[in-house]
Amino acid sequence: MSTIDPILWNDWHPVAETCTLLSGPPVETVLLGVPLVIAADADGAFHARRTDDVPLHQDERYGLVWVCLGTPERPVLAIPEADEPDRPAVTVGSIRVQTAGPRVIENFLDLGHLGYVHARYLGDDPHTQVLPYKVDALPEGGIIATGCKMFQPQASPAATEGFMVDYVYKVERPLATCLYKANPVHRDRFDVIFLFAQPVSEEESIAHPLLLCLPDGTTAADLRTFQQLIFMQDKPILENQVPKRLPLADGAELPIAADKSSVAYRRWLSKIGMTYGVIPAQARAA
Amino acid sequence: MILYDAHHVAPAYAVRLLAGFLGLPLELQGMDVYPGHDDRSDEFLALNPLGTLPVLVDGDTVFTDWQEILAHLALAHGPDWYPATDPALVGWLGIARDLAASAGAARLMQTFCVPGDLAEAKAQAERLLDEVERRMWFAERAGHGWLLAGTHPTIADIAAFVSIAPCEDGGLSLRDRPALRRWCDRVRFHPGFVPMSGVFPPMANT
Repeated sequence: MSTIDPILWNDWHPVAETCTLLSGPPVETVLLGVPLVIAADADGAFHARRTDDVPLHQDERYGLVWVCLGTPERPVLAIPEADEPDRPAVTVGSIRVQTAGPRVIENFLDLGHLGYVHARYLGDDPHTQVLPYKVDALPEGGIIATGCKMFQPQASPAATEGFMVDYVYKVERPLATCLYKANPVHRDRFDVIFLFAQPVSEEESIAHPLLLCLPDGTTAADLRTFQQLIFMQDKPILENQVPKRLPLADGAELPIAADKSSVAYRRWLSKIGMTYGVIPAQARAA
Repeated sequence: MILYDAHHVAPAYAVRLLAGFLGLPLELQGMDVYPGHDDRSDEFLALNPLGTLPVLVDGDTVFTDWQEILAHLALAHGPDWYPATDPALVGWLGIARDLAASAGAARLMQTFCVPGDLAEAKAQAERLLDEVERRMWFAERAGHGWLLAGTHPTIADIAAFVSIAPCEDGGLSLRDRPALRRWCDRVRFHPGFVPMSGVFPPMANT
């Protein structure tokens, strides 16, 4: 029995992209401190194993290999949009970040950084104001932020002009988040972008973005390039956040109104009793 | 001119950066090198058997070495960037290549999970960064702002900058290297500068 946070130990985490495995050597990675090797066999089937050969659970969904080290209490996160025939699932690759998984998820939810960190793409100075938005609890656990709006000069590779982009953000599992944003061509439908944070250790993560975008003339390669460009703008910001583990105590950091979703995320992690990659509220008082 | 390019590949960024400083238009041919493997395709290997990026096609000539591309563009469009009479240019371009193989390699390991010996790459990068810091610190005392003596930046600055400026992505730091930080700012504020993710452009308020 592991002493690691059962919330993460018994959940599913992506550990490799299937396209990487099909075209290259086995992938060596680490999940919750446990070294893993993932390989494709001659028939194109994927095999994940612990290097100490302790059994694990594995699944394959959305172009990703998923592993549960403990006892899975539920399946891999269901993504209804992945079943829509005009949305190919495009993985962006494994991107290392030297910070805790919850920091990666929180950054993804943050509207305030778009105009600065992603200037000229997902926002721009002086259009940096975060308009009020709404945050609610999801019935199955997690949070949803609605009514988010941001002026974006280059919202995606297909955008030919800046426009006010509508966003919805969801966090359905502690290290899985997604956003729905208006597609620049089909403005009445949404592109869906997921971000999964693979917890390598308490202070190291591997981000696995997953794109479920509508056909707008953009190739998978264009989408990957754009998403990597955006994520690599975030990486140095994330790696300079101190402490690396996310503090959950109210008042440990000073939020402003724009941080409503961050506050709700931290409170939800606190409520479910998350301990890995965070500084729990009671630890601060101790 | 067509540049076979990937945004995050530092040697490709070096070419985009020099083109920015020289005001040269480049037709970028984006390559999905990760997690796709466009650089291993038969079509690309026919162009560059080594499979490395960037590749520049200028008229009938194909250039497959990033430093050769910098030299070519400077000689053709901005000779100030290529002081051919200064032997130090050769030494600095060698250091820039060593930086790419150490700091640059560490960055790829710590970003795209490229396999390799991270500890060795970082150790070699630390030695090089210390030496470049030491030289830059004394150069500043002597009134110089660039790697080579003189008032104009050269392709050596560009070749070293693309590994040094984003070195934090590889777990290295410029915190205790103030001369390198000042030199990075001089590059960033030079007219025509273009950013790469991880290398921030000068902000309006700085």
